[in-house]
Amino acid sequence: MARLMEGLWITVWISMLSVGLSVLFGIPFGLLMAAKTRVVAKLMRIYLEFIRVMPILVMLFLFYYSLSRVFGINLSAYFVSVLVFTIWGAAEMADLVRASVTSLPAHQWESGRALGLSSLQVSLFIIVPQAIRRLLPGVINLTTRMIKTTPFVFFINIPDLMKVGQQIVEVAGMRNHLASVWVYGFIFFIYFIICYPISLFSRYLEGRWQ
Amino acid sequence: MDLDFAIKCIPLFWAAGKLTVTLAFFGIILSLVIGFICAVLQYYRIPFLKQLAGIYIELARNTPLMVQLFFLFFGLPRLGILIPGKTCAIIGLAFLGGAYMAEAFRGGFSAVGKTQLEAGLSLGLSRLQLLRYVIFPQALAVSLPVISASTIFLMKETSVFSIVALPDLMYLAKDLLKEGHSIESNLMLVISYLVIILPVSLFFAYLERRARFAGFGS
Repeated sequence: MARLMEGLWITVWISMLSVGLSVLFGIPFGLLMAAKTRVVAKLMRIYLEFIRVMPILVMLFLFYYSLSRVFGINLSAYFVSVLVFTIWGAAEMADLVRASVTSLPAHQWESGRALGLSSLQVSLFIIVPQAIRRLLPGVINLTTRMIKTTPFVFFINIPDLMKVGQQIVEVAGMRNHLASVWVYGFIFFIYFIICYPISLFSRYLEGRWQ
Repeated sequence: MDLDFAIKCIPLFWAAGKLTVTLAFFGIILSLVIGFICAVLQYYRIPFLKQLAGIYIELARNTPLMVQLFFLFFGLPRLGILIPGKTCAIIGLAFLGGAYMAEAFRGGFSAVGKTQLEAGLSLGLSRLQLLRYVIFPQALAVSLPVISASTIFLMKETSVFSIVALPDLMYLAKDLLKEGHSIESNLMLVISYLVIILPVSLFFAYLERRARFAGFGS
C-alpha cells in the first residue's frame, strides 16, 4: 500500500510537471499557429500533425533509446518522460490555443481598436480573458489525458503506479492467489478516482461558460 | 546507422504491422458498435440501461487502457476467466473505444434539432425509422470529426498491446532493441506507424470535407 502511494506520487508528479510545461510552451506555439505568417504556421502544422499520428510510446522509445546513441546524450528516464509528454502536450495545447483565438470574432479586436485601445491593451483586456474562458475546459481535459498517458513510463522502467503494482503482484502472487485481481482492480479505481472529478469539473466549466 | 539491417527488418515489421492493424481494425469496429448502442440507449432515455451505459462510459473514459489490459490479462485468469492475448487486446480496445465513440455519437445526436424530431414524428415515422432516416444521417456529419479523432487516438493506443505478450510493432522494436539495433529499429518503428496512421488521418480529413452537407436544421 505504501509502495503503491510512492508509485502514485511519481505518476502525479510527472503528469503535473508535463501539463505545466505543456501549457507554458503550448500558448506561444498556439499564437504562432494563429499568426498570419505562412511559413511559421505551416511548420507548426507539420509538427502538430506528426505528433497527432505518432503514438506517445514510440516517441518515448525514440527519445529514451535512440537519442543517446545518435547524439551521445544520456538522459534519465524521468527527464525523457517529461520531455516527451511535454512535446505531445504542447502540440495539443497549441491546437487548443489556436482554436480559441481564431474562434474569437474579428470584430472584438476591431471594436477594441476603434475605442482607442492600443493593440497591447486589446490583447490583454479583451482577447486574453475571453480566450482563457474557451481554453480552460480543454486544458483540464488535457490534464486527465496526461494522467491516463503516464502509465506508458512503465516501458522505460520508471517505478510508477503500474510498475509498483506489477512488483507487488510478483511478490504477493505466491501467497495470495487473487493478488493480481485486487492490485490491478485497485489501480483501476485509483485512476478513476483521480480522473473522474477532474473530468466532471471540466464538464461543469463547459456548461457554465458557453 | 545500418541501412542494410533496417531493410532486412522490413518483413518482420510488415508481419508485426499486420497484427497491429488487424487488432486496431476489429477493436475500432467493435467500439463503433458499442458506442452507437450506448448513445442510442442514452438518447431514448431507456430506464436502467441508460444509467448502466452512463456508468460504463465514465469508467472506461477515466482509466488508462494499460490498466484495463493488465486487469483483463493478469487479473481475470485468477478468477478462472482465461482470455487469450489477442481477444484481450480487442476487448480492451473496444471497452475503451466504446466510451469515446458513445460520446462522439451523443454529441451528434444532441446536435439534431428538436424540430427535426417533431417533423419526423408528425410524418408518422416510428422511433426506429426516425433514427435511421432523420437523426442518424445528420448526427453522423456532426460527430464525424470526433469519431475520426477517437479512431486515431485508439490506433495510437494499440502501441501498448505488447504488454499482453502480443508480437506487435512495439514488441518487435523492443526485441530488436535488446540485440542492440536501437536506431534502425526505432526508425522503422516511426515509419511503420506513419505508414499505418497517416492514411487513416488523411482519409478522415477527406470524409469530413465530404460530410459537411448536413448544416441544416440546427
